[in-house]
Amino acid sequence: MRPFTYQRVSSPAEAAAAAAQMPGAKFIAGGTNLLDLMKLQIEAPAHLIDVNAIGLDRIEKTDEGGLRIGALVRNTDLAAHKKVREDYAMLSRALLAGASGQLRNKATTAGNLLQRTRCPYFYDTNQPCNKRQPGSGCAAIGGYTRQLAVVGVSDACIATHPSDMAVAMRALDATVETVKPNGSSRRIPIADFHRLPGNTPHIDTNLQAGELITAVTLPKPIGGKQYYRKVRDRASYAFALVSIAAVIQRDGSGRVAVGGIAHKPWRVETAEAELPRGAKAVAARLLAGARPTEDNGFKIPLVERTLGAVLSEARA
Amino acid sequence: MKFDTPAGANPIDRMKVVGKPTDRIDGKLKTTGTAPYAYERHDVVPNQAYGYVLGSAIAKGRINRFDLAEAKAAPGVLAIVTTLDMPRLKRGQQNIAYLFGGAAIQHYHQAIAIVVAETFEQARAATALIRVDYARERGRFDLATEAKTAPLFGGSSGEGSSAPPIERVGNFEGAFEAAPVKVDSVYTTPDETHAMMEPHATIAAWEGEKLTLWTSNQMIAWSKGDVAINLGISPKNVRLDSPFIGGGFGGKLFVRSDAVLAAIGAKAAKRPVKLALSRPIIANNTTHRPATIQRIRIGANRDGKITAIAHESTSGNLPDGKPETAVSQTKLLYAGENRLIAMRLAEMDLPEGNAMRAPGEAPGMMALEVAMDEAAEQLGIDPVEFRIRNDTQFDPEDPKRRFSQRQLVECLRQGATRFGWSRRNPKPAQIRDGRWLVGMGVAAGFRNNLLMKSAARVRLDGRGIVTVETDMTDIGTGTYTILAQTAAEMMGLPIERVVVKLGDSDFPVSAGSGGQWGANNSTAGVYAACVKLREQVAQRLGLTGDVDFTDGQVRAGGRSVALADAARGGELVAEDTIEYGDLDKTQQQSTFAAHFVEAAVDAFTGEIRVRRMLAVCAAGRILNPKAARSQVIGAMTMGVGAALMEELAVDKRFGFFVNHDLATYEVPVHADIPYQEVIFLDEVDPMSSPMKAKGVGELGLCGVGGAIANAVHNATGIRVRNYPITLDKLLDRLPEIA
Amino acid sequence: MEPPSELELSRRAVLVGGAASVAVTAVPAAHAQVTPRVAQPAVAKVSFEVNGATRSLELDTRTTLLDALREHLKLNGTKKGCDQGQCGACTVIVDGRRINSCLSLAVMHEGDKITTVEGLGTPDKLHPMQAAFIKHDGYQCGYCTPGQICSAVAVLDEIKAGIPSHVADDITARPRVTDMEVRERMSGNLCRCGAYSNIAEAISEVAGSKA
Repeated sequence: MRPFTYQRVSSPAEAAAAAAQMPGAKFIAGGTNLLDLMKLQIEAPAHLIDVNAIGLDRIEKTDEGGLRIGALVRNTDLAAHKKVREDYAMLSRALLAGASGQLRNKATTAGNLLQRTRCPYFYDTNQPCNKRQPGSGCAAIGGYTRQLAVVGVSDACIATHPSDMAVAMRALDATVETVKPNGSSRRIPIADFHRLPGNTPHIDTNLQAGELITAVTLPKPIGGKQYYRKVRDRASYAFALVSIAAVIQRDGSGRVAVGGIAHKPWRVETAEAELPRGAKAVAARLLAGARPTEDNGFKIPLVERTLGAVLSEARA
Repeated sequence: MKFDTPAGANPIDRMKVVGKPTDRIDGKLKTTGTAPYAYERHDVVPNQAYGYVLGSAIAKGRINRFDLAEAKAAPGVLAIVTTLDMPRLKRGQQNIAYLFGGAAIQHYHQAIAIVVAETFEQARAATALIRVDYARERGRFDLATEAKTAPLFGGSSGEGSSAPPIERVGNFEGAFEAAPVKVDSVYTTPDETHAMMEPHATIAAWEGEKLTLWTSNQMIAWSKGDVAINLGISPKNVRLDSPFIGGGFGGKLFVRSDAVLAAIGAKAAKRPVKLALSRPIIANNTTHRPATIQRIRIGANRDGKITAIAHESTSGNLPDGKPETAVSQTKLLYAGENRLIAMRLAEMDLPEGNAMRAPGEAPGMMALEVAMDEAAEQLGIDPVEFRIRNDTQFDPEDPKRRFSQRQLVECLRQGATRFGWSRRNPKPAQIRDGRWLVGMGVAAGFRNNLLMKSAARVRLDGRGIVTVETDMTDIGTGTYTILAQTAAEMMGLPIERVVVKLGDSDFPVSAGSGGQWGANNSTAGVYAACVKLREQVAQRLGLTGDVDFTDGQVRAGGRSVALADAARGGELVAEDTIEYGDLDKTQQQSTFAAHFVEAAVDAFTGEIRVRRMLAVCAAGRILNPKAARSQVIGAMTMGVGAALMEELAVDKRFGFFVNHDLATYEVPVHADIPYQEVIFLDEVDPMSSPMKAKGVGELGLCGVGGAIANAVHNATGIRVRNYPITLDKLLDRLPEIA
Repeated sequence: MEPPSELELSRRAVLVGGAASVAVTAVPAAHAQVTPRVAQPAVAKVSFEVNGATRSLELDTRTTLLDALREHLKLNGTKKGCDQGQCGACTVIVDGRRINSCLSLAVMHEGDKITTVEGLGTPDKLHPMQAAFIKHDGYQCGYCTPGQICSAVAVLDEIKAGIPSHVADDITARPRVTDMEVRERMSGNLCRCGAYSNIAEAISEVAGSKA
């Protein structure tokens, strides 16, 4: 870990100002991913801005009847929130399927969105990785890829986004609210928040330098039966091989987002029209153009079968 | 004490303390965080500096040069020693890979430098500033490729499992050809890592020529000797101290780079140095259980009698390495007149393959017990019954050698009853519980019992406290407690009156912890020392004839004296070694178990979850049923990992284990482990030692994986022969989804 | 087949890995002639309460809470198993919640109340959870044990506080102390010795006596 200076700030404005003053600084909240990466020098900020004391830790109703989740709301608190459990059950379930109790107590809503890939070649600094060191190559392609992406991949990167929460938020059409270093704010639909790797896999999101997430808003509840089905080798405390966030309405319509298969939470709205025709039809549309490897080709049938499990439960 | 005739009646038979499910005497230390592990010993020597180890970025080749300019200039740095600063260190007797020195790189994450700094943060940061210029060479990293040309190769695990390159009894090929029922299957088991929770860690301090290592090591005497060889110093000048070990599973049987580099770093920095291997380098820097490719052939008559059995296994290792002895148990477990076993060893450039809990049998039984299930299925005979029909009470290769005790049939019968085996549907894929396909599986468990000489010293002081000293280690096995129980039984004291001190190389040399030999041999060593102490006590008290030690009193000829009185005039000290004759040659000493598993497989996703597990064990006298049960459930848990998730993924291009941390190398978590039950059959084995005990810590692992695989087959009808059995290997054969 | 030459090898590495010097920790030798530019560590003060006592430290900002406890306060009960948030051995309770102390900077805990295993009980005065672990043999090597115990204490509080878990059938229902709930919630604490069943029994005993 490289040396860094450290500063606590007490408001979003102060955070933005600090970021403007110190290019190359990073915000730290829960720190559960950032510190891990700093130990390996995959992240090496010269300055840390501790944003834990800037408020933003509340969950409020929005005027539209949805929820505004403060950026610093801990994963545990978000999952346990009464309104979330009642109206956005898939989000509660997604959060609880992720990480461990200890990590959820620390990890924040914004930090969860910003966690970086768990590709083992990204984590091994001896290996070339375009995400870690642009232009160095991708050791994962042609290597051990069981956990890695099958859709939306590029020749530069086949990493997956590890978040469970983000998959549910994608299905729920969440919006990310931010403040930039110049003090202006903006709203980014979750669909536009994470990026596909393309030729710039080192850029995970569309946030600008020094831009701070202040909240994530959820539209008003959409009802339906909500699921978050996470498939993994061991029963807990593991990243998804495949996960499915789904809401199924009484008429058979619904929404589906998939985790564990792409560089971002994967949702293809047009595929959802196929829901009445069953899992195979939806999966075919969702995974059109997939480029699996020998190791991770199983994710294609696994998405279909996991969705089948969800639909079968929804019908029951 | 020489143990060369079967044990007769002795004070242990009273079983007043021994054999009781006593809470661990070190439990209060472990549960309050006050048990000192290697890295934490702030108190043993002042002025400790921090070391950090850099691992090689290539798997094979050479180092041309280091650039240390930035690292040396980094704040807090006291010393940097690179592998080019010294010739290649001599290998210890137990090492396969070289631990340090010289330009040659044998494997990924091989230690190539140590940085010593004032703080951990400084040492870590400075290590990252070292620039290395490598010359890469081509390596051999794919076992399947190398197996094609691997020569026959015999060897021993060093833990009671061994086989010659090839061995034949009768005419295997002819009998197999003639058998009406045949199984001929190939199984693979992957490389596995020990993943003990405590990283390899050492504090090293020099005092002139004398080196002390506070370290985490299972085998103190071996490692003292090997450190001396590695560093080219006299063993007299080496002391190891390892009172608590945060898990080893074979990974800490030997000296690893942490100990050697702490010593080298301490010399260079002229300060005591503490270091722990960072988690991401452990899997590649240290040792692992090597992958195997196993072919098993079983030929049987229609009545279910095996007429021909062959087990061949290929594994890989570095040059001068040894094979994974996966065929060993097949020499002894089942009857059959025509037999063949063979091992092949491929020279490879992956990290050192070496012992991991039950080396040989653990992967061997994962294959053999599935082959047995396949044979039973073909025969249409219940797999419990099939194993019973092929039981043997003597060594099938040498019918003159009987087993000292062999209750495999009893284990199977009792287990079947207890587990509700009769409810199993022999036809696979028939039982549905909601979305789950449910099945049951069985496997035998088998592991040899090893006799190793073991010494101890016992002291009696004027307060009537007995202190046991031996270089034996407690790696979680409950050794502190069973040694205390042994001394208490022998001296007629409550266990509270016994103090046990372990893990110091200044103490008498014990059997150490490995190969499930620790409990029987180390307690027998304490037994021997206590016999001597009893003689001294009797002499001091002037008691003759039949002297009885009970309730803190010593009685003979109508006199009764407090034990403590014997030491009033000064401490009594006795030391002895248990040494063995040839009882383990004249009869075969082994431990047996039956493993039963119920598993459920998600019909949609193929996720496998174990629901119930039962092990019935016959392993001699159980010295402490609570600690022994823990050994067995722990082994069963490791068996779940081996069967369902554990696999070091090899990058066959660059030659390393890719998933080298605890997130990507998955071991079972709480949620994976269901209700576990363990039954110990009544057994005393007078051939094993005066304790009449045998090992149990590895028995609990051997066979578990096979039972799980068989349960998955019973649940789904799918036979997976490549471990681990992950859902991707089931998906294409699960029921169609709507 | 002849093994490829060095040149071919590195060429192959380019093709395979897409990088010129695939396995080189980087930086060709020429690069290193740049003048060393090494940042000095930053130091910061922090005060927090550990097991009821206020502790003030001046630390390299890089110091994790775990290393502050182990190396600076000599509270060795909290263990370092992975230093990456992947094993749970470093679990402590901060302001009533369990966290991985390895993934938290010490300087971020100004004013916090930290409980480590040493604060739960001592050999002479065991916490009920510590006593239950001994009774049920909920450990073997003992290295994960302090983390398991801190986690176990916090798990029972979490259930009491109504925090749901992944295995809830009804996510809106109040959770209860069941075997599955305990095993799921404890899954962030690895135990390679495999004492899980015994740990679950210890926890359920403490939960039962609390109820």
